[in-house]
Amino acid sequence: MKEIVIISGKGGTGKTSITASFAYLGDKDVIVADCDVDAADMHLLVQPDWGKSENFHSGLLAKIDQEKCIKCGKCAEVCRWNAIPVIDKKYIVQPLDCEGCGYCAIICPTDAISMNLQNVGNWFLSNIKTGTKMVHAKLGIGAENSGKLVAKVKNEAKAIAEKEGKEIIIVDGSPGIGCPVVSSLSGATYVVLVTEPSVSGIHDLKRVYELVKKFGIKAGCIINKADINMEKSNDIHEFLKAENIDFIADIPYNENFTKAMTMGKTIVEFDNGKIKQILENSWEKIKTK
Amino acid sequence: MKIAIASGKGGTGKTTLSTNLASFWAEKTTIVLTDLDVEEPNSGLFIEGKKVHQENKFKMIPKWEKTDCILCGNCQKVCNFNAVMKLGEMIMVFPELCHGCYACSELCPTKSLPMIPKKMGELKYFKSDNLDFIESKLIIGEEQAVSLIKQTLDYVNNNFPKNTIKIFDAPPGTSCPVIEATKDADLILLVTEPTPFGLHDLKLAVDTMRKLKKNFGIIINRFGIGDNKVEKYCSENKIPFIAKIPNMRKIAELYSTGNLLYKEIPEVKVQLENIITFISKYQQENAL
Amino acid sequence: MKILLTAKGIEWDSKMDPRFGRTEFFFIYDEETEKIETYDNRAIANEAHGAGPKTAQKMSEYNINVLITGNGPGGNAAAVVNQTGIKVFIGAGEMTVKEAYNAYKNGDLKEF
Repeated sequence: MKEIVIISGKGGTGKTSITASFAYLGDKDVIVADCDVDAADMHLLVQPDWGKSENFHSGLLAKIDQEKCIKCGKCAEVCRWNAIPVIDKKYIVQPLDCEGCGYCAIICPTDAISMNLQNVGNWFLSNIKTGTKMVHAKLGIGAENSGKLVAKVKNEAKAIAEKEGKEIIIVDGSPGIGCPVVSSLSGATYVVLVTEPSVSGIHDLKRVYELVKKFGIKAGCIINKADINMEKSNDIHEFLKAENIDFIADIPYNENFTKAMTMGKTIVEFDNGKIKQILENSWEKIKTK
Repeated sequence: MKIAIASGKGGTGKTTLSTNLASFWAEKTTIVLTDLDVEEPNSGLFIEGKKVHQENKFKMIPKWEKTDCILCGNCQKVCNFNAVMKLGEMIMVFPELCHGCYACSELCPTKSLPMIPKKMGELKYFKSDNLDFIESKLIIGEEQAVSLIKQTLDYVNNNFPKNTIKIFDAPPGTSCPVIEATKDADLILLVTEPTPFGLHDLKLAVDTMRKLKKNFGIIINRFGIGDNKVEKYCSENKIPFIAKIPNMRKIAELYSTGNLLYKEIPEVKVQLENIITFISKYQQENAL
Repeated sequence: MKILLTAKGIEWDSKMDPRFGRTEFFFIYDEETEKIETYDNRAIANEAHGAGPKTAQKMSEYNINVLITGNGPGGNAAAVVNQTGIKVFIGAGEMTVKEAYNAYKNGDLKEF
């Protein structure tokens, strides 16, 4: 089974618009996973029916049983995050500050502190407008930036792909280089890097590719808004050559991306010209990798 | 006064706004700009300055000392992050997984796991005229952005007077790094785009700021593209709408080269003035 | 030789699990005694972080010589594997356990 993960390092490069196009072009041959759980937007283009929903629990949170608490203050003393202030003469855990390490629960002389799994969000299994299935999620506000929720989304997508005999999973990866991206990349068979020819685009491309290299996964690159700065575009092409990254396509700057988005459509449904052709060719290249 | 520039969605123009606002304002007064997007710090690409200081930032992790260890395995038992493990006759520590809670170290009966510093990132301080610029960068593979953000905030708060205007470029999203970067700010500017993605992620950002009980206002970037639903949302929810930066190919081109916009595009300057007026008024009203 | 394969089941016909840290089962084959042992590792799904080292630690209890898996252990798990001196062969993620074992015997798998 192929697991194609699309990432960008930097936000706003068109990663989700491009991923949604591949999901559309892949039609019934693919299963889609939106692993950008922090700001999941792909649903706005592919109209899932939010078919099945489940709570997702992850990360521990300390809770103090005030009945058992003798106010010795040992918990507050050992907490490296100052997450247990005294409020109205009671020791109260601040959920946004608690790291979930459990040190307080171990040190508490009266066993007044319990560590409980937090409900950090929901995940969904939906049918999208092409009739194929998509797994997606919604992370609660201020929740741990959960690599585990990303892993859950991917595993559910894999299970469905296996059950339905689908050969390809398309994954919209997370931004940045931290824990959610690491989760998005684990198990990938091919990585598509979406970038733009700007100083920030190149900077972030290089950083995120260093991470991809650590995993030893083969990668290809799409340069969006390629004509906005030809010099920087060339720099990216040089970088791709030097690192032996497949060049997939240059996409010119085009406001149809936004127009399609405002209509809730993928760009390949909206644009009948050059952009559509480029993305179709890109998808043909990627799916045979 | 502390102003954080944030957004739900990435790529809406946080860095563009932070760097242009800071540089433009610094023509009149002293400004401290700090890039807290430690995973992908980009502000530095737009700021020219002389590096005046650099320091490594550390997190504390346990280091196994074999001599007195009785291999009781208590360290492994107390670690909630699988960062310490007893493996046969030895104890292994996984630095990237360690959150630095000290439990294994302080609860070790033979004191065989002293805490030692491990480099997690670098902080750099650049200076040019009225602008002080601080950025921190996380080492690739490190996952605890929050700790580096916190240390960077401490550095800024300890090194600059309270009444200086401090602008913070926050990471994107709504999860813990954003909370850390915004929770001490006096005012948050949320940058968005007038598109369905922009609106969707703006709503998440607004919910986050409300949960933190923060004062905030909205700036629309790439104004003119997309639709008017963001403006509608702001007026329906009584959210102050501060400025709109126009959608121009020229802006994307200037941005791509690492150039500041206000020097070449008068319309951007007008919008920055609107933002400064808004902030100054807020500063006076709240005696910050 | 005692060989551990990361698998999605406990039969020779089961599919391999390409993941090391989050593998569902261990399938352990002892070539000398021709005995098979299995271990259900599915509880690992509850670990947010550090699945790799945890699975590696469990593996170390079986005194194996060879590990066959799909993607190869990540940094932390690799550190554990290095300590134990186990030889690791990767690239068997899409095979069945039987196919993966045969591929290893034929020298078709890449050493990690």
